[in-house]
Amino acid sequence: MAVNHAVLMRRDLLTRLSTLFYSGELELKVDRIPLDLRPKGVETSRCCIYKDRAMLRYKVMALLGFNIRDEVDELTPLSEYVKVARSRTELSKEPLTVVDDVCSACVKVNYVVTNMCKGCMARPCTSSCNKDAIFFEKGQAHIDSDKCVNCGLCQKSCPYHAIIYIPVPCEEACPVSAITKREDGTEVIDYDKCIYCGRCIVSCPFGAVMEKSQLMDVFNAFDSKKKVIAMVAPAIGGQFKAPLGQILGAIKSLGFDEVIEVALGADMTTENEAKEFMHKMEEGQQFMTTSCCPSYTAAVGKHLPNLIPFVSDTLTPMQYTAQIARAQYPDDILVFVGPCLAKRHETFCDENADLMLSFEEIGSMFIAKGINVGTSEAIELDTTIDSTSRGYPVTSGVMSAVNAKIAGRVEVRPLVINGLDKMQLKELKKFPKGCSANMVEVMACEGGCVNGCNVIANPKVATRQVGEIVKKG
Amino acid sequence: MSKKLSVTICTGTLCYVMGGAELQVLEEHLSPEVLDRIEISGSPCLDCCNQDGAGKAPFVKIGDQIVSEASISKVVEIIKKELNVE
Repeated sequence: MAVNHAVLMRRDLLTRLSTLFYSGELELKVDRIPLDLRPKGVETSRCCIYKDRAMLRYKVMALLGFNIRDEVDELTPLSEYVKVARSRTELSKEPLTVVDDVCSACVKVNYVVTNMCKGCMARPCTSSCNKDAIFFEKGQAHIDSDKCVNCGLCQKSCPYHAIIYIPVPCEEACPVSAITKREDGTEVIDYDKCIYCGRCIVSCPFGAVMEKSQLMDVFNAFDSKKKVIAMVAPAIGGQFKAPLGQILGAIKSLGFDEVIEVALGADMTTENEAKEFMHKMEEGQQFMTTSCCPSYTAAVGKHLPNLIPFVSDTLTPMQYTAQIARAQYPDDILVFVGPCLAKRHETFCDENADLMLSFEEIGSMFIAKGINVGTSEAIELDTTIDSTSRGYPVTSGVMSAVNAKIAGRVEVRPLVINGLDKMQLKELKKFPKGCSANMVEVMACEGGCVNGCNVIANPKVATRQVGEIVKKG
Repeated sequence: MSKKLSVTICTGTLCYVMGGAELQVLEEHLSPEVLDRIEISGSPCLDCCNQDGAGKAPFVKIGDQIVSEASISKVVEIIKKELNVE
């Protein structure tokens, strides 16, 4: 994920919320956050400072875990939302919320006639348009947004290249057309289609698509009498410039009673997936795909029903880890620490895991608590964990682990699908009709979990670091 | 051969989270000639984040100069200027 100012702003907001929480001033000062970030006289990113502040206020609402569209009274201060968040016990079902007023920056129709239009006599644009959407005013063409269907024929026909295509970045990035504009110009997410890949979050130049953070719910957990257990995804190994033991130690020092590596559950995923594969090949099944990327399994469930019988029934490392942790801590609070939106949704659906913190949120908590990972006390790593399990978050990592477990007992013809986009989804649809591989690993993010929508480190660097951890064993 | 220009990237958690992690691939953005004349290292914390008026993270120290809000392009620009190369 590329770091940009919208991403950094989100991290800044998370850090401010955490800092205020730790100093006990959250309710008192939360309403100052938009003003502190946009004081009088600074450059604004929208029309005026007041809109900037209003948008920041909505973003804080999302980070406090609220659905922005649920706002009833615009005068409700953020401190009121903090009060509600600090006493709630239920989580909001759908993980995303959109800062509607930001969407006005994007066009309703993708084609726009620029002032390069010469108003020529031929006017091929009008004859190419089947919808009668082009009209002339003051000698130049214009597109009637109510009639235009975004077919692009006018653009192709203009000899002056005066018509341009303006994308709506979130819609462009979504591989399943789950995010679309409503009549009023705001974007709405269709959860019957959404596969939680997080591309809309990453692609919006205004950061308008926000995850509803569970930061407050984690703080509530810390304040409760229950133990709070962190289950940390293996992708964490590449997120900070420090050894894995130290990173886990730093997480523990945030106030967790115990830190469990999700690589522990990955051991079980490897074991069971290898068994399942051998069994299915014996039964004569054509091929089997992995199941540990919840964005991929959502894509299968919602868009590729013909692939359902081919997806492994084995649980994900997070699900196994949560089972283990739940058996050990029946009444306590299990917090999964992970790299992406899909895992956030998986945590929400899981019967054992309770809450989810993203790597970004963990990073912001470190800053707020003044924890420097590089000087934190390391915790001892669980030596029973297979080193390949710590390699899951990098593309082909799951494949290597399962393949090593099978150890030649059955022939493996591997295929790794590294990133799900529109094209790749189309390709996958054809697999049941013929697929030369018999084991297919699918990760929705290019490069694997190290490139999830909530990562901190550059994926290249993270891949290298995770590789070193696996090598060390 | 004159002394190499030191480039110290802060890898403290604050800098890392606030965009400094990207600077780990700085080398890829510099030519072999430039890389030959500089010495890139990491620092667990340059101790700039605690100082008022030091600017915003991430921080990089180039020679004696502290660069705030360091991005790859900003750091590359300053290195080239310091070395008098295009």
